[in-house]
Amino acid sequence: MTAPLVRIGIASAAGAALVTFGGCDLGHKQTTQTGYRGAGLDQIVDLKHIAKASAIPAPPYPLPPDGGPTAGQSYQNVKVLGGVSKERFDHLMAEINQWVAPPAQGCNYCHNPENMASDEKYTKVVARRMLQMTQAINSRWVSHVKQTGVTCYTCHRGNAVPANKWALAEGTPDPDTILGNKHGQNTPNANVGYASLPYDPFADYLNGQHQIRVAGNSAFPSRDHKVSVKTAESTYGLMMHISSALGVNCTYCHNSQSFRAWNLSRAQRGTAYYGIRMVRDINEDYIGSLQSVFPAYRKGPHGDVYKVNCTTCHQGVSKPLGGISMIAQAPALKGPSLPPAEPEGGHAVATAVPAAFNQPAAMTGKK
Amino acid sequence: MARYQNMFTQVQLRGPLEAGPPLRDAGFARSGRGSYYYWLGKIGAAQIGPIYLGTLGMASLVFAFVAFEVIGLNMMASVNWSPIQFVRQLPWLALEPPGPEWGFTLFVPLAHGGWWQIAGFCMTTSLLLWWLRTFRRARALGMGTHVAWAFAAGIFLIITLGFIRPLLMGSWAEAVPFGIFPHLDWTAAFSIRYGNLFYNPFHCLSNVFLYGSTLLFAMHGATILAVGRYGGEREIEQITDRGTAAERAALFWRWTMGFNATMESIHRWAWWFAVLTPLTGAIGILLTGTVVDNWYLWAVLHHYAPGYPTTGIVDPATLPGAPQ
Repeated sequence: MTAPLVRIGIASAAGAALVTFGGCDLGHKQTTQTGYRGAGLDQIVDLKHIAKASAIPAPPYPLPPDGGPTAGQSYQNVKVLGGVSKERFDHLMAEINQWVAPPAQGCNYCHNPENMASDEKYTKVVARRMLQMTQAINSRWVSHVKQTGVTCYTCHRGNAVPANKWALAEGTPDPDTILGNKHGQNTPNANVGYASLPYDPFADYLNGQHQIRVAGNSAFPSRDHKVSVKTAESTYGLMMHISSALGVNCTYCHNSQSFRAWNLSRAQRGTAYYGIRMVRDINEDYIGSLQSVFPAYRKGPHGDVYKVNCTTCHQGVSKPLGGISMIAQAPALKGPSLPPAEPEGGHAVATAVPAAFNQPAAMTGKK
Repeated sequence: MARYQNMFTQVQLRGPLEAGPPLRDAGFARSGRGSYYYWLGKIGAAQIGPIYLGTLGMASLVFAFVAFEVIGLNMMASVNWSPIQFVRQLPWLALEPPGPEWGFTLFVPLAHGGWWQIAGFCMTTSLLLWWLRTFRRARALGMGTHVAWAFAAGIFLIITLGFIRPLLMGSWAEAVPFGIFPHLDWTAAFSIRYGNLFYNPFHCLSNVFLYGSTLLFAMHGATILAVGRYGGEREIEQITDRGTAAERAALFWRWTMGFNATMESIHRWAWWFAVLTPLTGAIGILLTGTVVDNWYLWAVLHHYAPGYPTTGIVDPATLPGAPQ
């Protein structure tokens, strides 16, 4: 009588433990303090689940010295890199071959071997725009990529199409029915770390200009700040994407005392701020401009081009490729120096400088 | 083997079943005559029934069933009626309130949140009917109505979250979705939207009473079990005729913390702690977004948030050159 009961008891206890702790990652954790003591400002990483930064490929051959005739003098139809020396232009082409082109096709992935100057292949048109984009990232968005810079390899990693990309999600066929309608949330989805949060933060925040900030600038309600809790859930979804893309937790940037307060945040939050604007710029001005160039099989289910998000470059690490700069191997990608992007904060935010947030101590009348 | 056994746990009485006093104002009779159940006797009274459901109880269960079905069928429709996906995704599935575009419209189309309104209405009606039942059953037995008023405190918090605050805010979208993970994500998003609920003093009070309730429960339960060998579990008798169990329990607490509750007052402590948990919580919810929009800044204003050294990071949106 008792033995089966004991067995049932043990089995139920084991089952309950599995259900309760199944989501936990066992094993050693590494904790690093990242801010003032006592405020939970720590990075906790599970040593078994740290994303490995991928290896840096060796250059195809040593970078030739600058000088000599330019690519524009040597070749026809060179529109972006005409001022680069022919030797270095050839070197960059060899690198693109290694970083992007499928090995079976090589140069012919973009070029017509009979006429290298021809723009007949769409891939060549795309590649030209991507060169402009890379140069813009390295000059205009130095606020995000710093001196490390990016190359084609930062996203492509040897793939013709970067592995991590997004297009408009399959929507509900008919919003007026509950059938198959999850209102864009309540689904286990890796985009938002398997929370039940709205799982497509990309269209609104990384292609559109939706306001990310949800907490008010004032202690008291105001007619100028009507933000629904549902909007907060969407922002939360975007933050979950950033968190999983970078392999970090909230306090990598924020102080949980006030997610909103900049004067309590780490410098990384500023870097992320420009990163979000950079991604918008990439998606709208560069990739979006190729909408008519890409063939249908290179587009998402709704016919929009595949776009980038934080994972496209970061791939689970806070600094893509472990923070190793490849720009010295491809100096042409530094591009002409463009004016750095100005900060922008959307309509309501920039007008009301949250003085309270910048100096909360001033509000208390003591230090 | 000789060991002390008290009425709490060990001895199961068998004999004529207790039928209860005659019903005075009921439209129904109690159903069944009751029976003994050995395993329930291990954790409580071994006698099951007779059961009195009555008009209010049955009406309450009908509304509860409708709410349960509306929520469950909406969740199942959201996975295209797939039973497998319903089970696999159940923790994620939800019945969402109307979006902010609907404001506080009384009758929202079903697919846009109308089902949520129906489920909420049925759940609330069910709770209120069951509340009335606890009140009237207590009166019928000549008891006080303490249970009903404690239950009312909990119902007040639920109605505050789902109706009163959305009414004050003019938007159903402020209400909580039905769903396991979705209501938890709502809670986190709510705190983020309103600048950290941690700094809401009524949230603090609610937590004090919540944790205080568990502490009081543990202290009281432990004390009575500890004096069970002197008949301490007969608490009501010990109130009017203090015996050695009450004396020892009181002395124990005076020795260990200098003060003791009485056999009667400990139950008032417990009742008030339990009732004040949802009451203070509901006040905190009512103030959020209506009177205070950012609890962190409110706490700074009231010298209540600790000041940590600034990191010197400036909001990029406020730098010169930011478009206005």
